[in-house]
Amino acid sequence: MPSTPPQPEYKTFVEICESGRPRSTKTRSFQEGGVRSLLVACASFSILVTTLIIGILAYETARFLQDVSVWDFLTGLEWNPLLGEERHFGIWPLIVGTLLVTLVAAVFALPIGLVTAIFLSEYAPAWLRSILKPILEVLAGIPTVVYGFFALIVITPVLQSLGRVFTGEDTFGAYSAGSAGLAVGIMILPIVTSLSEDAIRAVPKGLRDGAFALGSTRFDTSVKVVVPAALSGIMASYLLAITRAIGETMIVALAAGGLSQMTFLPWEQVQTMTAYMVQIFLGDAPATGVEYKSSFAVAGVLFLMTFLLTFSGYRILIRFREEYE
Amino acid sequence: MNQPNPASRHFQGLIERGTSRRSAARVRVDRAFSLACLGITLIAVLALVILLASILIEGASGLSWSFIQNYASRIPDQAGIKAPLFGSIWVASICAIVALPVGVATAVYLEEFAAKNRFTNFLRINISNLAGVPSIVYGILGLTLFVRMFGLFGPVQNPAFEVGGETFAIYYDSMGEPLRVPVADRNETPRLVTGSIGYMQDIFDGPDGELIFTNDWSPIPLTIVNADADFSPAYGVITVDNAVEPIDFEIEKSWYYVQFPFGQTVLAGGLTLMLVVLPVVIISSQEALRSVPGSLRAGSMAMGATRLQTVWKVTLPASIPMIMTGAILAMSRAIGEAAPILVLGVALFITDVPQNLMDAFTVLPMQIYNWTSRPQEEFRALAATGIIVLLGVLLAFNAIAILIRQKFSRPLQ
Repeated sequence: MPSTPPQPEYKTFVEICESGRPRSTKTRSFQEGGVRSLLVACASFSILVTTLIIGILAYETARFLQDVSVWDFLTGLEWNPLLGEERHFGIWPLIVGTLLVTLVAAVFALPIGLVTAIFLSEYAPAWLRSILKPILEVLAGIPTVVYGFFALIVITPVLQSLGRVFTGEDTFGAYSAGSAGLAVGIMILPIVTSLSEDAIRAVPKGLRDGAFALGSTRFDTSVKVVVPAALSGIMASYLLAITRAIGETMIVALAAGGLSQMTFLPWEQVQTMTAYMVQIFLGDAPATGVEYKSSFAVAGVLFLMTFLLTFSGYRILIRFREEYE
Repeated sequence: MNQPNPASRHFQGLIERGTSRRSAARVRVDRAFSLACLGITLIAVLALVILLASILIEGASGLSWSFIQNYASRIPDQAGIKAPLFGSIWVASICAIVALPVGVATAVYLEEFAAKNRFTNFLRINISNLAGVPSIVYGILGLTLFVRMFGLFGPVQNPAFEVGGETFAIYYDSMGEPLRVPVADRNETPRLVTGSIGYMQDIFDGPDGELIFTNDWSPIPLTIVNADADFSPAYGVITVDNAVEPIDFEIEKSWYYVQFPFGQTVLAGGLTLMLVVLPVVIISSQEALRSVPGSLRAGSMAMGATRLQTVWKVTLPASIPMIMTGAILAMSRAIGEAAPILVLGVALFITDVPQNLMDAFTVLPMQIYNWTSRPQEEFRALAATGIIVLLGVLLAFNAIAILIRQKFSRPLQ
């Protein structure tokens, strides 16, 4: 017999029962009820928060829509709220800008994140894993404003010189959707990696053993057995990462520029929904102006988009979860 | 056991395509894939290395004691980070004090008390949705709920409810020196006018209803005049300048000073960040509670402990290390958030460390954003130095998390 492992220093249950004065069952159940309602109150706070967010955004959006028609807001292809004789409040340039940055980030981070997750859980020896995991955790803990700084002083110059090498002219400006998108991509990379890796590691060992027993290589096992089995978790991690990319603020405010335009060219500058809100809340727009109110409507659209994404991620995780005994 | 294993379908492809023998080609594919994986994984490492290197190259030279000791300045050489550093610490502390109890209580309810019903399910979905809400949207909630309080208590500049403060109207004399005149509240028009008699430190009521300025040498009694009075300037008399309305109000705050609405204060900032990190705290605490083996609970209940006793004396103590780790990670997220604070409309130019819950503040990421967004090179370098300080604070936080994890974690089996 090996020596017994060190025992945890918990009080024994008898000690627990004997500590404190004896109380009647009545008092105990009374306390129980009180604490229980306190806990319910705390739990309900999160519902209150959701209600308030929806309520405030709906109220302010309704006020905004008194000045601008719903039709113009939801179908307009021009967003020009601050300057010019005729101001336009069509949300689409902001949505397209947001989607462009998100697309660049997704194209960069989703494949790399998945491959990194496969490598970490299927290939990497323990010592390498124990180095790589903390590095990814550090990457996940870096504030987004730092990524914005990084985009401006490193990614943008690199893209500019790459553009000059390949096209011979200055394709990338000082601000571009591509630069911001890559920085957002680096930001969401650890999210994709760690959540996908969790999903992949949750696939039972028996599946891998079965595949190996059939003569599979590790490549066959990971790509044809493990990844399909973990697909729901991987999809959920993708959706969560995309949600974070859509809602990312500081990177795009710093690196994507401030010109709202309908474009899918990553070297153009774009304005995202969040960057517009930064422009309004940081600027001196009067709180009664229609452009100020418009930022709440934009926030409403942003909230709706992220809400739908998170919710569908949750549904995917529940519905397509592979349960193994 | 007659049921086919649901997993077996995963092997169908392997079996049908006749892959049951290893071939040299497939081993080569495996080898190549393994190398490609390693290469791609190194992208993340490379990104981190370049990121840290670029920040160190830009900012390390600016790091000095005076950078941490100085306040914001328009002159890059004299600019420092003291106000945002302390602002961040204040805000993160408030955030922790509120978010931790509420978050852990919610997690305890969900994991230990909640029945499996629709309400519980709704709560869970709601929390996972809240975790996905962009932080800038929380900023809008904080702006309406804490900074403005729905406008119920009047405008932010003139709060309807104030306790524990002494109000001063601020004028500037022609030398640019501030004059502070005590007033009952912000609606009272003070009986002072501005003027120039050199350097003045303070002003207080004299015996005959006059106001006395003090300077470095001796008190100078002054005649009080109305703003619209026709008064010829003379030595020692403050003359009517242009200021009829006070430039600003200053409030000497006692420690319990409270105003409604909160305005752009430390408390509003901390509470807004609390909203941002609350879902994170809840989810990580839930995971911590879930990791406590059921046998511990069952044992406690079998000894006749109530649910509450079980939670308080068995489950919570066992999960405290994990809860604390999660909480500290949530706090580091709070320290790094700029977007919600930005929406609150905090002043960018703060030259004071917050002393009070109702003081103005700014935070490290805001200051870094401000410096980064300026075109001049010098401010970029300042931003890099600021980032080093911010990362240093985060590093300290994470070191504490690791210490707690090591100190308190005990085997549960």
